[in-house]
Amino acid sequence: MPLFGKPRYSAIKVKKVQIPTGRWMKCTNCREIIDARAFHSAYKTCPKCKFHYKMSARERVDLLLDEGSLDEMDSEMLPQDPLGFVDSKKYTDRHKQGRAKSKLNEAILTGMGSVAERPVGFGAMDFSYIGGSMGSVVGEKVTRLVERCLDQRCVLIIVTASGGARMMESTYSLMQMAKTSGALSRLHKEGLAYIAVLCNPTTGGVTASFASLGDIIIAEPGALIGFAGPRVIEQTIRQELPEGFQRSEFLLEHGMIDMIVPRKELREKLQELVTFFSE
Amino acid sequence: MAGTALDFERPLIELEKKIEALKKSSESSGIDLSSQIVTLQRQLDSQRLKLYSKLTPWQRVQLARHPRRPYMLDLVRLITRSFTELHGDRLFGDDKAIVGGFAVIDEVKVMLVGHQKGRDTKENIMRNFGCPHPEGYRKALRLMKMAEKFKLPVISLIDTPGAYPGIGAEERGQARAIALNLREMMQLRTPMIIVITGEGCSGGALGVGIGDIVAMFQNAYYSVISPEGCAAILWKDAGKMELAAKALKLTANDLAEHKLIDDIIPEPIGGAHTNHAEMGTILKERLLSYLEKLKRIALDELLEKRYKKFRAMGVFTEPAPEEKRVPSPREEEAVPHLPEVSPLETKR
Repeated sequence: MPLFGKPRYSAIKVKKVQIPTGRWMKCTNCREIIDARAFHSAYKTCPKCKFHYKMSARERVDLLLDEGSLDEMDSEMLPQDPLGFVDSKKYTDRHKQGRAKSKLNEAILTGMGSVAERPVGFGAMDFSYIGGSMGSVVGEKVTRLVERCLDQRCVLIIVTASGGARMMESTYSLMQMAKTSGALSRLHKEGLAYIAVLCNPTTGGVTASFASLGDIIIAEPGALIGFAGPRVIEQTIRQELPEGFQRSEFLLEHGMIDMIVPRKELREKLQELVTFFSE
Repeated sequence: MAGTALDFERPLIELEKKIEALKKSSESSGIDLSSQIVTLQRQLDSQRLKLYSKLTPWQRVQLARHPRRPYMLDLVRLITRSFTELHGDRLFGDDKAIVGGFAVIDEVKVMLVGHQKGRDTKENIMRNFGCPHPEGYRKALRLMKMAEKFKLPVISLIDTPGAYPGIGAEERGQARAIALNLREMMQLRTPMIIVITGEGCSGGALGVGIGDIVAMFQNAYYSVISPEGCAAILWKDAGKMELAAKALKLTANDLAEHKLIDDIIPEPIGGAHTNHAEMGTILKERLLSYLEKLKRIALDELLEKRYKKFRAMGVFTEPAPEEKRVPSPREEEAVPHLPEVSPLETKR
């Protein structure tokens, strides 16, 4: 073959190897390649580093309530745009996106159900709906759920995941903190139990209202839980935050929560607690 | 004075200076300049009215933050006969960003709590710029519970850029401290009056902000987030605060329109900082009328009304047949609303 000649190519038929899609995935936390089936059977936690991924509200229902026991409340309640809020996007467009992402009409799903065959009021927030933020609808749904628990004298469970109050409803959203805490003041007075389950992330106005008012506060491992977000704190104090700051383990250490329960044990723990309070 | 003036105040201050100079030269030279002075004075008055009758939301935010605005302790001096400050949360420390204590207004004994900002850098460091830590909210709660015990009405004066976002604040449970205040204030068996006198920013304000009457100074603002914070997040540019201030509907008039506050307390023309004494007189008069009004309501009824007021806040839609509260009307009114107060109505 001449040294500078044009090489000749010929097409060779290669039999395509079938790689099943969705079989493997990369953990965004530990960057290991993990088996997707193992990931899902471990309730969306990394089988290697145990990182707890976000779960949708519906997945929470499946994870925690007795099968088929949910009687959803106020699922048709829709947000409005009381202030005609427009920033880089229209508030109404954010709703459309939220609905598409979460398959919910708002950032929380509420209803009556049972845990260990005992009736409970149950709420689960969904971070994929505008960051799980609390506007009028979230406030109203939580309040009605609390009122229903008062009515039926049952245990209340709320699973939180939220960036805080929803800016696009401004002072309306701020007042949802007052409204939900007010409803919980009645539950508290009536001697009814409220179990708050804080998941990654729970910050801002939700932490500063109903998330922090549980008689029992449970957190999932490694969840970011705080009043101000870490970025805001860093900008304010102009120094780096210590490792593990505002994570569940940090909160337990500082006496802010009762326990950290890994997701795979959460159902059992709630059953134990609900049974305790129902007898 | 010019050093602390806001940009939009400058033309007025220039005029004031001119008048002052004319007066002086007329005195020293003996030449009668009164006609020029009168003309300028008229010009000044009309400009002032024009400016302050249509302030933009951002201008009001600036007035709410004015470095010469009357702060909690200034107002306390102006409205009370006596004030005994009480310190500490009995748990960790004494937060100087929130002050409180027994006070007597005319003949009425009350418990006063509120945010305190500093007038200069040194004082601001001590007061943490009016940004409380958890111990501030816990001190406030301790004092409010004491008010309940001694059957004293609570008056809370709000003026804060927000609860402090810092390491210590998080370690000691900022969120829990605020949440607990919200829950407890809703059930406190004593009349509660809230007045937002300057900045009413976010949970840091609401943490001492649950009451039977929630009133706002005319140029105060009340919002879920500061305009700068909102602009930084939603516009990705903190410089867009004027837009954010407008979008957040944070002025007293906006909030009264949406029934999120009960009353607007007028300020002297030009803002509370131009005349502390007059502001004190107006505030005192209002507080006494609120106290009188709330005194007549039985405690059970008062608590029920307080709950229902906050219960009704929120706007949403539901499909029929359960169509209700869009926007939710308040079931019972604590006080009549003053939906619009223009600065023209205040006496000068």
